Amino acid sequence: MSSSTHDVKRYPGIGAFTVLFFAFLYLPIGVIVLYSFNASRLVTVWDGFSLKWYVAALKNHNLINAVQVSLSVAVVATVIATTVALLAALVLVRARNVRYKRMSETIVNLPLLLPEIVLAVAVLIFFSQLGLSNGIVKLMIAHTTFCIPFAFLPIRARLQGMSTDVEEAAADLYATKFTAFRRVTLPLILPGVFSGATLAFVISMDDFITSNLLNSGGATTLPVYIFSLIRQGVTPELNAISTMIIGISLLLAGLAFLFQRRRY
Amino acid sequence: MKKLPFKVWGLLPAHIIMALTLIIPIGIVIAVSFSTKGAYGGFDFIFTTQAYQKLLFSLGWTGELEFNPQYLIIIGRTLLLALLTTIICLLISFPTAYYIARRPSFQKTLLIYLVTLPFWVSMIVRVYGWLIILGNEGAIEKTLRFAGIAENIDSLLFNNGAMLIGMVYSYVPLMILPIFASIEKLDGSLLEASHDLYGNRITTLWKVIVPLTKPGMMAGAILVFLPCLGTVLEPTLLGGGKNMMMGNLISNQFGASRDWPFGAAIAVLLMSLVLISLTIQGIRAARSERREIV
Repeated sequence: MSSSTHDVKRYPGIGAFTVLFFAFLYLPIGVIVLYSFNASRLVTVWDGFSLKWYVAALKNHNLINAVQVSLSVAVVATVIATTVALLAALVLVRARNVRYKRMSETIVNLPLLLPEIVLAVAVLIFFSQLGLSNGIVKLMIAHTTFCIPFAFLPIRARLQGMSTDVEEAAADLYATKFTAFRRVTLPLILPGVFSGATLAFVISMDDFITSNLLNSGGATTLPVYIFSLIRQGVTPELNAISTMIIGISLLLAGLAFLFQRRRY
Repeated sequence: MKKLPFKVWGLLPAHIIMALTLIIPIGIVIAVSFSTKGAYGGFDFIFTTQAYQKLLFSLGWTGELEFNPQYLIIIGRTLLLALLTTIICLLISFPTAYYIARRPSFQKTLLIYLVTLPFWVSMIVRVYGWLIILGNEGAIEKTLRFAGIAENIDSLLFNNGAMLIGMVYSYVPLMILPIFASIEKLDGSLLEASHDLYGNRITTLWKVIVPLTKPGMMAGAILVFLPCLGTVLEPTLLGGGKNMMMGNLISNQFGASRDWPFGAAIAVLLMSLVLISLTIQGIRAARSERREIV
């Protein structure tokens, strides 16, 4: 690499700055992982390596319950949001002469434009007016709404980057519209659908603001349960739970990354 | 009955969901913000502007309204911290994005992947990490004491600075990505031209790089500023009860102190602030686009 002291493309020191930035980005994650192996009951007093907090965490029924609530809400929200977003994306990218196209697109993306706390307050008041009391159903409905734009954007991007030639070829070969969609369009946009669904799933699993406001007996999601633990005070068991969440998240992120690379 | 064409029914599910779970409920929030507080929480649909009055005034001993800035301070703190977070993110992101954009292709992909990776980890877990670092007997306090720099330090938690660190930490990747995209698009020959015309590094930075990457910076600024206005986790966990922001102030109205109309009124105010920021950004973007065409 040619480097002269007068090269205006190079700025000294930014390499070191970038290293510091990444240290900052991964510091809290590293600290949690480190302290989760601490044998001491006091979080910040190091007393040797131990896995006992993991054993304690895995025996915690409230935790397992919260994971079950989070998973069922996330799966339902992801399936509905991705299906609805796929239909909307097909219309908004492919159909000709759609009236009010820009407004329709804004409506689909509306949850991204407004602060989540406002949406949470809105569904809370709405559900209380309707008299809906089933906690899990409330969470499923609310999560579906804010997951739609996250599922929609990757699918739309994939559709926009794809030519219509193959679909026209399918039509020329007397494929019905549905066959052409199932055999040609869907396999081609599958990576976009997969990205959208993954994003929706992660957003739902991670949600705190809405789930906390709608929290009622029996419908405590994982982030809301962790919040209640933090409120009770920092404990090594909490670090073990957090480390397991970090591990699973990073594993999913790695899988998604590999899957994407192979597909594209 | 005529069969509905796909371009109509394909959009229906998304629109029905948005109308039922978002547009109508927000209409109700606006209505509630002008309603009377119920005796046992909740609200009654009797028109009043009491909730908005509460933002500025509180009821004095003798029943008259007294000016009380407590909520104005929370709104001011929200705006100030969101602005500071945006500026700090910009200062951190620019050199980092520039460095990443100038790396060879494989390193570039890897580093950008590392920037987005923390997003996969639950937000509450990441903010909790700062609680350990900044907390009493936490990592920083111990290091300072060990090094003999400070014997007794005030808690690093539960103040504006802790919230600021948490917010910068949470939202900085949203600033890096658009700035990285605009630096990557930058034509290297323009920098060489600047060099040929005897521009030094500072001149090149100010006269060439910054103006050309401004759209990326603006996009990043809006991506950081807006979520900061409505953020809940950082003020709740790192700010403590005394240093509230609008997000946890709203949240609290539906929990502990239970004043639904007041909560709705702050939510309407927050929504207005966000929509105003989006409009200003939209107008600016349109104007700079027009300038580019001319």
